Amino acid sequence: MKSRHQRLLGIGLGLLLVCGALFFVLNAFQSNLVFFFTPTQVAAGEAPKDGHFRVGGLVKEGSIQRDGMAVAFVVTDTQREVPVRYVGLLPDLFKEGKGVVAQGRLDAGRLFVASEVLAKHDENYMPPEAQHALDEAAKARVGAAVVR
Amino acid sequence: MWPEAGHLALIMAAWVALLQAVLPLWGSLSPQRAGWQVLARPLAQLQLGLIILSFLALWHAFYVHDFSVKYVAHHSNTLLPTPYRLSAIWAGHEGSLLLWVLMLALWSVAVALFSKRLPQAMVAQVLGVMGAVSVGFLVFILALSNPFARQFPAPAEGRDLTPLLQDPGLVIHPPMLYMGYVGLSVAFAFAMAALLSGRLDAAWARWARPWTVAAWGFLTLGIALGSWWAYYELGWGGWWFWDPVENASLMPWLVATALIHSLMVTDKRGQFKAWTVLLAIGAFSLSLLGTFLVRSGVLTSVHAFATDPGRGLFILLFLVVVVGVSLALFAWRAPQWANASQPVAGSRESFLLLNSVLLVVAMAAVLLGTLYPLIIDALNLGKLSVGPPYFDRVFVPLMVPLLLAMVPGTVVPWHVARWAAVRSVLVPGVLALLLASAWASWGGAPTEQDSTTQVTTFSGWLTVMGGTLGGWIVLSGAWQIVQRLRSPGSPGLAWWGMQLAHLGVAVMVLGITGVKSFEVERDVRLGLGDSVTVAGVRYQLLKVDNHLGPNYLALRAEIRLFEGDRQVGTLKPEKRRYVSSAMPMTEAAIDRNLWRDRYVSLGEPLAGEPPQWSFRVYHKPFVSWIWLGAVFMVLGGGLAAFDRRYRQAQVKPSSSVTSVTVGLQA
Repeated sequence: MKSRHQRLLGIGLGLLLVCGALFFVLNAFQSNLVFFFTPTQVAAGEAPKDGHFRVGGLVKEGSIQRDGMAVAFVVTDTQREVPVRYVGLLPDLFKEGKGVVAQGRLDAGRLFVASEVLAKHDENYMPPEAQHALDEAAKARVGAAVVR
Repeated sequence: MWPEAGHLALIMAAWVALLQAVLPLWGSLSPQRAGWQVLARPLAQLQLGLIILSFLALWHAFYVHDFSVKYVAHHSNTLLPTPYRLSAIWAGHEGSLLLWVLMLALWSVAVALFSKRLPQAMVAQVLGVMGAVSVGFLVFILALSNPFARQFPAPAEGRDLTPLLQDPGLVIHPPMLYMGYVGLSVAFAFAMAALLSGRLDAAWARWARPWTVAAWGFLTLGIALGSWWAYYELGWGGWWFWDPVENASLMPWLVATALIHSLMVTDKRGQFKAWTVLLAIGAFSLSLLGTFLVRSGVLTSVHAFATDPGRGLFILLFLVVVVGVSLALFAWRAPQWANASQPVAGSRESFLLLNSVLLVVAMAAVLLGTLYPLIIDALNLGKLSVGPPYFDRVFVPLMVPLLLAMVPGTVVPWHVARWAAVRSVLVPGVLALLLASAWASWGGAPTEQDSTTQVTTFSGWLTVMGGTLGGWIVLSGAWQIVQRLRSPGSPGLAWWGMQLAHLGVAVMVLGITGVKSFEVERDVRLGLGDSVTVAGVRYQLLKVDNHLGPNYLALRAEIRLFEGDRQVGTLKPEKRRYVSSAMPMTEAAIDRNLWRDRYVSLGEPLAGEPPQWSFRVYHKPFVSWIWLGAVFMVLGGGLAAFDRRYRQAQVKPSSSVTSVTVGLQA
């Protein structure tokens, strides 16, 4: 009987530990998910007002402006645009007309303040999220044409 | 001609692998066909010969610039220096799979050569299972990823090898990592042999241990090389990004680490048998998952499934077969391996159980963060990513109890609770804590920084805790060594290996704590003659000029470092532009020593008069300890794998009793 009680206690403690760990992990998980939005979605106000998210598309031609270490540019999915501001060194493959993904938050003036700018390792390779944004915009355009 | 020969050799290798998978296994299971078991060794050797031939054929195609071979044209060109031309073979999907099967064949032959003392049936089963894995990969290569595929007309010039991969680190990183990944197939094959034969005793564990430790060592080295490469080559100064590709290699490592500890319990105490087998299956399945995630294009873009549905499907099927078959066998056999006795709290087994559980939970947390975005995307539920803060927040609290359990786990005896022993190791712990507190109150520990130039992510208490845990493990290791040398008899190589590997863990913890707590990062713009001061060192830009490399043009800055008026070094960061791909590439310059790295990367030229350039300057204390720790772990694993005890002819029936008495005396 005693060993059975001990075993029950052991199992109970184990379950408690596992549940605690699970709660802790899922909690950390939940609060660190970063969602992606296309410029069209951001323009439609679907992106979180406060909180981090990612936006991606192409760097609009002629939109890069530098001011010291700060840089301003526009991310476009060819339909809508999001102005972005970032302070720091940009990745090697950051270029006008190329794909880009920025992570950060919107400020009060609807300017996207990026904490991180990603462009990928390979010249021919498009960040999948940026490609997704362009595809969505293209789909929307085709849809609009059909409706018209 | 050569590529066709290579292709043919690969086809023949697949048939040989099939024979190796079927005949010896059949022989081991059917008494009438017992003679077939002897085929295992020669078939493994023949398979290795054929795969080497095939590998050499592809190497030849790279060497002579045979751009009619599509794979060569995609990953090399005539300007590429010879060493990179040869390492380009594993720069892409097809070639790295070829490297994978080459490694698998090498491990198989190693098992064939160093298994003289193993029973015939077990050799046949282990090599048979490895043959079956090889069949899966060879069919995948031949059907869906043929590196010898031709294209006509042949282009006059190939595309370039991605500049990031043109680096000595990348020449050795993939082979080491694959040695680790594939080495886990040996542990898996041993587990399958145990499931097939039902034989799972201390002798089995003793045979499996050196192979598992060797594979773990290679995996550790591969991951460390990758991290080191990312640190100096990506130009971002980070050494671990929680990138899905990195996570893919970390997951099998975590499980393999649990496995080498669990195998010890199976060897010494005959316990945790089912758990050990499950870990072996898990480690290999995760290394398959890792290989595929990285090399199939599933990770970089989920759409790779759509562009080549065949590959993705094959991958999934193969994983399902491997996991399904092994778990089915496991379900059939495992009930007979129920633990005879439960581990007593406070005994060595109980600490090793804690080790297993924590490592597996850590793996599950990494798996969740890595796969969740892929699953959500595949189900078309949106696009998201899991940020590094998740991994940091989950990993640190899991690693702290693991490190706490590490010291008592090495000193307490098997089977019985010896709280006195646990207490005795806590004394150095308290000593370390006192030292750390003294140092923290003296002003060493940083607090949360508000300045934008600091990137401190560890606040005071994490610094003290990391430093204390690391110091405690080092001190108690030293204390154990002194104790052990005083007592009669010499500890085996495995014991020294364990001490060295645990020292490596401590050194790595200290390195991570140091760099996370005290690193300084600054983005600056500098004109000629301008300077910036970071962590007491003045970085002065002397000149920026053009520089011509073998296959690139570079903008090269020269920066002089001053401490006061004394020059202490020169750094020459570059921004390269590779000729054939027009790809830019940041080449950071690092001034290293054991205590800190000074790291400068060159950004882009900024418009304006006089000309200015952007730079990122880092001061990274203790960063090399991270890789130094990994080197200790690898050396420790190497020592342990060569312990003579694993190569003893037979397991003496008295040995487990002796180990208990030795444990009791300790």
